[in-house]
Amino acid sequence: MYIILVGGGKVGRGAARDLIEMGHEVCVVERDGNTAWAINNELGEVALLGDGAEIHVQRAAGMNRADVVVACTGRDQANLAVAQTAQTRFNVAKVIARINDPRNEPIFQTLGFHYTISATTAIVNAIEQEVSAGLTRLTQMRSTAFVLAEHVIPSLAPCVGCTVRDLDLPPHTVLALIIRKDDEPEIPGPNTMIHAADVIVAVTQPEHESALRLALTGEH
Amino acid sequence: MRVVIMGCGRLGSTLARELDHEGHDVTVIDIDAAAFNWLEDDFTGITMIGAGEDVEVQQAAGVPEADVFLALANGDNRNAMAVQVAKHIHRSPRVVARIYDPERADVYRQLGINVVNPTTILDQMVREAAFAIDEPDGAAG
Repeated sequence: MYIILVGGGKVGRGAARDLIEMGHEVCVVERDGNTAWAINNELGEVALLGDGAEIHVQRAAGMNRADVVVACTGRDQANLAVAQTAQTRFNVAKVIARINDPRNEPIFQTLGFHYTISATTAIVNAIEQEVSAGLTRLTQMRSTAFVLAEHVIPSLAPCVGCTVRDLDLPPHTVLALIIRKDDEPEIPGPNTMIHAADVIVAVTQPEHESALRLALTGEH
Repeated sequence: MRVVIMGCGRLGSTLARELDHEGHDVTVIDIDAAAFNWLEDDFTGITMIGAGEDVEVQQAAGVPEADVFLALANGDNRNAMAVQVAKHIHRSPRVVARIYDPERADVYRQLGINVVNPTTILDQMVREAAFAIDEPDGAAG
């Protein structure tokens, strides 16, 4: 595939390194001369010097034949501009946008960019998982209001020994999978018994995550 | 009318002063406090320091209640993002963006944004000034 990365910072350069390794054709558009030089020095002649939000630079990068465009600069307004021109002007099939400030997520979503990467949100989620016992958010499901979350049942949880039917689950929540040590993954039914150390994968909505955690682990 | 202007440079400050004198409620946002020096002392509107494309700065500046939002900062990317945040998040009824790049201006027009493109306007005016005015019989070129 031909992949254009706009922005040659840590994210763009790291992605370029991996994508070249995987055998893809890669172009990194970078507006800082020293950074572009350093990329060419490390990865071969893959960097194009220029402002990747400018359409004439995008044309020079061959955006009309790109399979994927990744807008990964450190500025959200530039990433939005790149994503919108890639889609509107060059009909790129897959556009991925990096979001630096999580408060900008709604505008990217509203404008139809569902393939977004937000390092800040990922780090904040990771910290929240470490702080809040028992719940790990696995992924925000694309273009829906649902998240996939994983829970490990503590040995002293009130639900140990109960069946799924007895659980006080919040609305819009489904237990999708139970994984037990040394056992096959199982799709839980109403009569499935919950054991200590069970790993439960559930689909829920972000606003019900705390209620789900309470139901499964007994912890607020 | 309630008008929020992002960017207090030559254009933003000129419009802000004119609209203020005409009796409109004007709020001007700029990332640089020094930009407000462009406004004269008799400006009675509100000045706010902040990034005008920021959803919360717009909220604080009253974009949700404003009749018009004008993005007149220097960067095309920032102006384009700001008007789209105003239009799609704050449901601003009327937004205008200054976009210098004619090609990008076309892209945003296609996306339903009111765009003013100084480059094509000036291009036309320079042509007229250079070639048309002194040629009464219209033999331009």
